Amino acid sequence: MADTVLAVRGLRKAFGALVVSDDVALEVRTGECHALIGPNGAGKTTLLAQLAGEVAPDAGTIRFGDRDVTRLGPDARARLGIARSFQITTIVADFTAEDNVALAVQARAATSMRFWRSAARDAALRDPARAALVRVGLGPRANTRASDLAHGEQRLLELAIALAQEPAVLLLDEPMAGLGHDESRAMIALLREIKPAVAMLLIEHDMQAVAELADRVTVLVAGHAIASGSYETIRTDPRVREAYLGDDG
Amino acid sequence: MTLALLIALPPLAAVLDQPFWVNTVTRILILALAAVSLDLIVGYGGLVSFGHAAYFAVGGYTIAVLAQHGIDAALIAWPAAVVAAAVLAAIVGTLSLRTTGIFFIMITLAFAQMVFFTLVAVKAWGGNDGLPLDARSVLPLVNLRDPNALYFVCLGLLLAFVALAAQLVESRFGMVLRGARSSERRMLALGFPTFRYKLVAFVVAGAGAGLAGALWAEYARFVSTDMASWTRSGEFLVMVILGGLGSLVGAIYGAAVLLGLESFLAGFTEHWMLLLGAILLVVVLFAKRGLYGWLAGANDG
Amino acid sequence: MSLAIEQILNGLQFGVMIFLLAAGLTLVFGIMGVINLAHGSLYMLGAFVAASAAGRGAPFVLAVLAGAGAAALAGVVMELVVIRRLYRREHLDQVLATFALILIANDGVAIAWGKTPVRMDVPGALTGAVTFAGLTYPTYRLLLIAAGLAVAAGLYVLISRTRLGMLIRAGATHRETVAALGVDIAKLNTIVFALGALLAGVAGALLAPILAVQVGMGEQILILTFVAIVVGGLGSIRGAFIGALLVGLVDTLGRAYIPVLLKPVAAPALADSLGGGLSAIAIYVLMAIVLVWKPRGLFPVGSR
Ligand SMILES: Nc1ncnc2c1ncn2[C@@H]1O[C@H](COP(=O)(O)OP(=O)(O)OP(=O)(O)O)[C@@H](O)[C@H]1O
Ligand SMILES: [Mg+2]
Repeated sequence: MADTVLAVRGLRKAFGALVVSDDVALEVRTGECHALIGPNGAGKTTLLAQLAGEVAPDAGTIRFGDRDVTRLGPDARARLGIARSFQITTIVADFTAEDNVALAVQARAATSMRFWRSAARDAALRDPARAALVRVGLGPRANTRASDLAHGEQRLLELAIALAQEPAVLLLDEPMAGLGHDESRAMIALLREIKPAVAMLLIEHDMQAVAELADRVTVLVAGHAIASGSYETIRTDPRVREAYLGDDG
Repeated sequence: MTLALLIALPPLAAVLDQPFWVNTVTRILILALAAVSLDLIVGYGGLVSFGHAAYFAVGGYTIAVLAQHGIDAALIAWPAAVVAAAVLAAIVGTLSLRTTGIFFIMITLAFAQMVFFTLVAVKAWGGNDGLPLDARSVLPLVNLRDPNALYFVCLGLLLAFVALAAQLVESRFGMVLRGARSSERRMLALGFPTFRYKLVAFVVAGAGAGLAGALWAEYARFVSTDMASWTRSGEFLVMVILGGLGSLVGAIYGAAVLLGLESFLAGFTEHWMLLLGAILLVVVLFAKRGLYGWLAGANDG
Repeated sequence: MSLAIEQILNGLQFGVMIFLLAAGLTLVFGIMGVINLAHGSLYMLGAFVAASAAGRGAPFVLAVLAGAGAAALAGVVMELVVIRRLYRREHLDQVLATFALILIANDGVAIAWGKTPVRMDVPGALTGAVTFAGLTYPTYRLLLIAAGLAVAAGLYVLISRTRLGMLIRAGATHRETVAALGVDIAKLNTIVFALGALLAGVAGALLAPILAVQVGMGEQILILTFVAIVVGGLGSIRGAFIGALLVGLVDTLGRAYIPVLLKPVAAPALADSLGGGLSAIAIYVLMAIVLVWKPRGLFPVGSR
């Protein structure tokens, strides 16, 4: 089997009395897509935020390869190779699409304390940025301001940014949210293409996407991972049907 | 256009026998330097510092105190002023940049107040009375006692700083700084330690204000605690806003307009502050993009 | 010993007066999200109106009421004309717009009353001093402490027990819910702003007999007030109270004792200069320490 890149043990997090991560364990491997599903408010986004370093867990460990990253901040984890997309699109709204991706390229290059050359004419940034945009189908929109892009395009931009980071781990928070049917199909195709090179954690409500992409599915209910296994086993698990899929088929 | 006018000003003033023009514009150039440095962090970094006068004052007092001890070589005193202001900015920035929003505004104000009251308290530096300079510093080849020479030195340094700042905001560093202004979360998720970038910008801005303070000390041959007062910090912000946030050159117009308005209004009424306040209020409430945005028309981003 | 008690009382008196300003400022921030630098101008107006009313022979209580009323009225106008346009604006715009208001207010007051300080006498019945526990303390200052504490208690009751207070508390955290309940938010804002202005006016009027009533007096106390509410945590009345007392005590005790404490360790000239400097900056050091330690103040409110 492929290597485990990201491993979570005994993760706990509470906001006051509300427990959002209740002793969660999880693994993500290179070449695999691990889907995280669960009803609204189950704590999926908060779990992802803990993996990305935005939210500090109350207890538990997060390992990246053989390194304990539990105490690292989000920027340090990103530099190690953990990239994320946001459920609510988070881009630099007043930059162009290309600028947004160029920043990701720049972050990887780790030479950003550069004060002289104009970044707008820096081929070392611009070429890879364009390539990433072309890959998600945003090539023609490269010079459009990010805030002027349509919602679906912004979701694709989020993905292009994550791709340009060339991460080892890709944490995706509902990349399909708000997309139309065709847009979703395109996104799924894209993610399949990317999958072999990364370890992917995918939060998604779209069961079609989960069925097509996920090698393993974990079901989170009220912060608790109630079941984990292949899509088929999960789909037929009575507890899951009761807690989550019940109203979905 | 403006630049040609600025270069032609001293001979023009001489021909028209209006020598005070040179003085007035020198003053504008110096304050514009401080305003441009503030625009670098407010306009591009989103860091609303309400204590920029502190660096201005530290620059000025460095010159005056060095002169007091007999050091009048500009090539020593000016860099010393810049370094002193930069060091203060590094300390204040390190402590302040942990906070955001109004807390940042208030903590930068608090540090500036500390500088202000320290200057008031140090009797050796004149306390509330300020500290006069016997003569301007000495620069090789240039006689700063000549108002025109001082004028061109100020103009040159202002242009150099604008060029440096413009370069900075267009560079990779500037991309990160501007990105963090608009979405800090995204920049962190990309792996940028945003704190460091903001701190560097904060220090560069402090250094620019320090240089402006040094030039002010040379120009006025006098420094006082007024240089560090919170109203002075407020005026710098007003210049930046009048000129239009994040346009660097705009801040120069902002400084010119504020000083111009002040002397124009003061010319025909004793209560010019009331009018100035009213104008400022209208600009803030209704003309968001400032003078520069208005001058540059809709095509400026 | 009795000197220490006297200094503590001075600090307390200063603190409760700062609280009168801080309460309004912090409410306006908590509910409307507006930083109002011109809050000190309302305080100045209260002082001027009270002083000139007293100067025309109005009894003390009436003079104070006139000052408070004038400030409240000015507050309503300020809210309707300027502040309400700033609700959704950036802090920078708020700072600049209210900075402009200060310029207008200072010049306006200078036009109405001139630039020389106006005097107001301590009312005859309160000119004396009270002696207790071996300590003699001016009656009027004791009255200030009592008045300040009474207002604080009244405010506490208002906020925790009345319908208006309930709306104020809810307005700070759940704007939308309050709006959905059919409450006229715009009116609520005006009332809260006027209440804050009233308290600032009371502070100005009460302090008028013991301070120089002059143009610019608002800014001096405004910055201290900001320190108080930032230290306490913006939007929190309790934070404002504790922050204000801290500022009052630290400032007063700092000025009284830092130079004395420096005497044995530094040369006299240095001790003087250093002591003066240190005591003047003591509250700013306090604020910096608090913010570095707790970037949102001692009693942070909500998520704003
Ligand atoms: N910073 C916070 N403070 C307090 N509560 C929070 C915070 N962030 C999230 N919550 C709460 O934690 C719970 C889990 O939120 P989370 O966003 O992780 O859910 P989710 O599974 O991603 O839901 P959805 O499917 O709607 O995206 C929710 O009840 C939310 O209100
Ligand atoms: Mg979510």
